[in-house]
Amino acid sequence: MESYAQDSRSGDGGVAQIAICARKLTACATSMGARSRTDRSRRATSAVMTSLTAVCTLLAVSTLIIILSYIALRGIGALSFRFLVDPPRPVGEGGGIGNAIVGSAVLLLLSCVVGIPAGIGTGVYLSEFGGGRFGSIVRFLVDTLTGIPSIVTGVFVYAVVVLRMKHFSALAGGIALALIMVPIVARTTEEMIRLVPHSLREGALALGAPQWRVTMGVVIPAAASGIATGAMLAVARVSGETAPLLFTAFGSRFFPRNLNEPIASLTVQIYNYAISPYDEWHAQAWAATLVLMALILSINIGVRFLTRKKFS
Amino acid sequence: MDEHASGRRQTHRASGLPFARWRRQVSPTGNTGDAIFRVLIFGVALSMVLIVGAMIIALAAHSMLSIREFGFGFLTGREWNPIKGKFGALAFVYGTLVSSLIALLISVPLSLGIAIFLVEQAPRYLSRPITYLVELLAAIPSVVYGLWGIFVLAPFLREHVEPLLARWFGWLPLFQGPITGIGLLTGGVILAIMVTPIISAVVRDVLAAVPNTQREAALALGATKWETTLVVLVNGAPGIAGAVILGLGRAVGETMAVTMVIGNRPQISPSLFEPSYTLASVIANEFTEATADIYLSSLVELGLILFLVTFVVNAVARVLVWRVTRKTAGVGMAV
Repeated sequence: MESYAQDSRSGDGGVAQIAICARKLTACATSMGARSRTDRSRRATSAVMTSLTAVCTLLAVSTLIIILSYIALRGIGALSFRFLVDPPRPVGEGGGIGNAIVGSAVLLLLSCVVGIPAGIGTGVYLSEFGGGRFGSIVRFLVDTLTGIPSIVTGVFVYAVVVLRMKHFSALAGGIALALIMVPIVARTTEEMIRLVPHSLREGALALGAPQWRVTMGVVIPAAASGIATGAMLAVARVSGETAPLLFTAFGSRFFPRNLNEPIASLTVQIYNYAISPYDEWHAQAWAATLVLMALILSINIGVRFLTRKKFS
Repeated sequence: MDEHASGRRQTHRASGLPFARWRRQVSPTGNTGDAIFRVLIFGVALSMVLIVGAMIIALAAHSMLSIREFGFGFLTGREWNPIKGKFGALAFVYGTLVSSLIALLISVPLSLGIAIFLVEQAPRYLSRPITYLVELLAAIPSVVYGLWGIFVLAPFLREHVEPLLARWFGWLPLFQGPITGIGLLTGGVILAIMVTPIISAVVRDVLAAVPNTQREAALALGATKWETTLVVLVNGAPGIAGAVILGLGRAVGETMAVTMVIGNRPQISPSLFEPSYTLASVIANEFTEATADIYLSSLVELGLILFLVTFVVNAVARVLVWRVTRKTAGVGMAV
């Protein structure tokens, strides 16, 4: 019912808009007829502006290339096998990011365990039962959650988890990352499930399957590759987060032993090394960045490659 | 699907024993498995609402101390002095606003250009890979932008851009003062790079949602390519405004990259070359150092301000974008 009302409203809006536009165009056309001498300048403006848009695009793409090539060039120098497996050492003694790589992996795993099921659950709710008012409230909140600065998530987890436990921990860091992950997974899940044709659901229902089995056994598997894509992209996004880890996982110079103590992560290590005054640590920051970017880009490009094969 | 379900719910509502009635209300099919499934999945969705509620309550509760102590003066106070226990957020609000405005000034024209190029001009074989490349800019983490900002962008601005600005526009108070490369301008530029993929992605969706008949009508009346584009832009105007506001929300909350290049000094100076401080970066820098209760509480209050501002900004932006794109189904707002 509600959706019908919206449709008619949007229809009215559309008609009004077209009418306004038509009036503008007629005005435009009469002025064009009157001043045909300006034809050349109009064409010149058009050519200049359209090529300016190409310049804008070129600027953005070249920025990307510049940033990536700096990371590759500066990072490759300090990269070695020992760098990847060693824990950090004091300045002048080498050391590596082994503990940070393990730490990041642990944090990502924790956040996936909490964030992916919750995100998929929310997405399923939104697509299958989310047509009513409560559904739109949830959708709105999920959307705005994606826009909440991640540092605020960190402050929240600090207040709720860290203050209660009285110390920084890997657990708190994982929860913070999960909170960032959930809305991303939820929205992609919803959109992917919406792509599943209704005939599939109807077919399963007609065979006498209860709705939960239709959703779990037919709809979700049909959307599985899309949901997995969304989850992978969420992992890529979260693996670059630093701000929410600063005062939840905090950081550490040792390999993690349990989830109840502070834990290192690639991003926090990059931050600490980047703002340090030592050239050696700067070089290590670039190398760690290269490792992080390799992870993020391989997820992004891998997902891109897989989905292209699937949908085109 | 849902329309259908709610219709059936109503026909069953009046009948049956209390438990059966409840079960039917939860699940119109009357299947126990369905009832459990619905309750579970509803619980997950409800937890989203609870999380947002918990965020507001927790942030408000922990900033109570500071709110009681400083009241509204917190927002207008210029002094941030942990030793004396005096906390005012004006310098951070100023730094956040100015750096975000610089970012928007640079990135809005740029993003419009990119979106117009990709939707209106580029052939399909070009627009798809380029769209992807521009989106990759959004995949680069904030801390990586910060690292690049410290070691590449800041020296570049210090050597090549800021001296020129000082020479040409030095009569403006904006471009006076010592040139260090670390300050508001650098923060704004790095934010601009980070926000551009977000704004351009939403504008792209908005332009793509403008019906083709508009373009055809304009072209049929003899409009040039650019004039046609202007017609399309006018049609998508609310959505474009939404995209810009969405970018603003992102810029306001960006933490790591800004923290690393803005200089972190709580001062209000008209010069864009001077160091500044933002709401997000003061939280990032000082949170773990805050030992006094009132200090921590003031920092949490900064977080609360940031939460409320971005919440409102995002809500407004979503509504604006939705007004344009809702007519075309399946347009994602996945950014």
